[in-house]
Amino acid sequence: MNAVGIQLSIIVGYLLVALAVGLVAYRLTDRSAEDFYLASRTLGTVVLLFTTFATLLSAFTFFAGPNVAYAQGPEWILVMGLMDGIIFAVLWYVIGYKQWLLGQRHGYVTLGEMLGDRFGSRWLRGLVAAVSLMWLFPYVMLQQVGAGTALEALTEGAVSYAAGAGLITAFMILYVVAAGMRGIAWTDTLQGVFMLVTTWVALLWVLAAVGGPGAATEALASNPDTAGFLSLGSDYYTVQWILSTAITIGFGVAMFPQVNQRFFAAGSRTVLKRTFALWPVLCVLLFVPSFMLGTWAAGLGVPMPESGNILPAVLAEYTPTWFAALVIAGAMAAMMSSSDSMLLSGSSYFTRDLYRPVAAFLGRDLSERREDLIARGGVVVFASAAFVGSLLRPAGLFELGEAAFSGFAQLALPVLLALYWRSITRAGITAGILASQGFYLSSLFIAVVPGSYAGWTAGIVGMGLSLVVTVAVSLVTSPAAEERRAIYFDQLGAD
Amino acid sequence: MRRTELLPWLAAAVVLAGLTVPWFLWGTSTVVAGLPVWLWWHVGWMCLASAAFWLFAQRAWGIGIETAGDGSSDGSRDRTARGTGPETGGERR
Repeated sequence: MNAVGIQLSIIVGYLLVALAVGLVAYRLTDRSAEDFYLASRTLGTVVLLFTTFATLLSAFTFFAGPNVAYAQGPEWILVMGLMDGIIFAVLWYVIGYKQWLLGQRHGYVTLGEMLGDRFGSRWLRGLVAAVSLMWLFPYVMLQQVGAGTALEALTEGAVSYAAGAGLITAFMILYVVAAGMRGIAWTDTLQGVFMLVTTWVALLWVLAAVGGPGAATEALASNPDTAGFLSLGSDYYTVQWILSTAITIGFGVAMFPQVNQRFFAAGSRTVLKRTFALWPVLCVLLFVPSFMLGTWAAGLGVPMPESGNILPAVLAEYTPTWFAALVIAGAMAAMMSSSDSMLLSGSSYFTRDLYRPVAAFLGRDLSERREDLIARGGVVVFASAAFVGSLLRPAGLFELGEAAFSGFAQLALPVLLALYWRSITRAGITAGILASQGFYLSSLFIAVVPGSYAGWTAGIVGMGLSLVVTVAVSLVTSPAAEERRAIYFDQLGAD
Repeated sequence: MRRTELLPWLAAAVVLAGLTVPWFLWGTSTVVAGLPVWLWWHVGWMCLASAAFWLFAQRAWGIGIETAGDGSSDGSRDRTARGTGPETGGERR
């Protein structure tokens, strides 16, 4: 069988396994929105760890990350370690554990719900959901564009871009509607383990072929194009850039709906403790091999292929066809699984924070069964809309998708203040969110607002702005009568 | 009592984050055992971070967040018998 045949059969095989897992998960669900979105808050250590990990990092680890390391050197490993291994892990405790406790006590499913309850405001709840969807929707669309393009390239045009993206959208809808959070978390776990193992096998295989890490690094040092890669820092990796990137993405990750929602889904305190401690080691285990493969490829003179991704080229050069096909197919499947999670979370923000308050306002009360149906319907609407977006490719959506992490980071500091500062007011947090979103969007789309400030990115400047505006407006306003200022503080962890 | 405990942990988190990138090795290109020495520092530092996080989870989990049952610090709260048993996830809705 040729490489294309092998890749296609692996992808089809993966889809079938995923569907089977989804059906098993479907049989276990109890048809409530909480079970659909959060697997009834029962995820265990390994599943929570890998579902968060796979959701976040899959496609980037295999494709974009090694590409940057190939072009600029391996310092990305340090950026990833700082953002995901340390900053996100600390937020895992600071934001995640507190959200988990609040979710246990008050039954929250989304971030907007949690904030709306505290500040007594449906408008704030809707604002948080709308801002999140504004960044999430184009990001999902980018995944569909990526998957459609990859399928088209893989089948050498036999499956057109539109058909590829359409097929994947249809599969995702079918899978997410049936499986819900439980099924997604299970396939993510399979996938996370698969990614970790294949990355290490790939590393060992390539190193064995080129004569070990010493020889590979020697090639890096003796190649005039890449000799500078070995020294820490460069014109690309400046101090400001490393810090800006690690901080904005680290905080942005914690606000991404599919990650933030997983804070509510942990089964117990022990699960949160274990995942928290394992996080830095897991980052090293995955990023060091995949990014070093990209770096070494540059030293060894592996040319960048037309597809624009270096990892497949390295594998094709040094490992058997079937193994390279396995990794590439796995990476594509990983792309889909990230989209699954985003789709589920996106639909929960849409139905719970935007649709339900409107329905309640119109005097319609939703039964649990009906809400479950609407939740699944929300998935169909969200995925189909993103598919249409991926076909029409409207101007502006691409920029939004690319900037999503920094966009989400703008929410992080107001949310942290809400969780820990008693004097924050509804006016303060609303102003902080609106000001920083307004500023960051302007830096993307309006030419007079610069994207860089003495080497610091607009993303991190916007975070600073969100902090200053939230604090300043909170200090000069008094809390609204409906605010429940104590619910984030009283008796937490007691019952 | 818990507040005085909080400061050292806060400092530890700042130091852990601050030295994840070995700034003092800026511009160094020394290679040890096939990898740049600054990458070895990072690998070791992340293992240290995991150990520190584990210690925190054992000793001080809940600090700065949990407000009830103030008498029992050091995670012993998990063992104080309570009907719902927070260790297993307790109440489910």
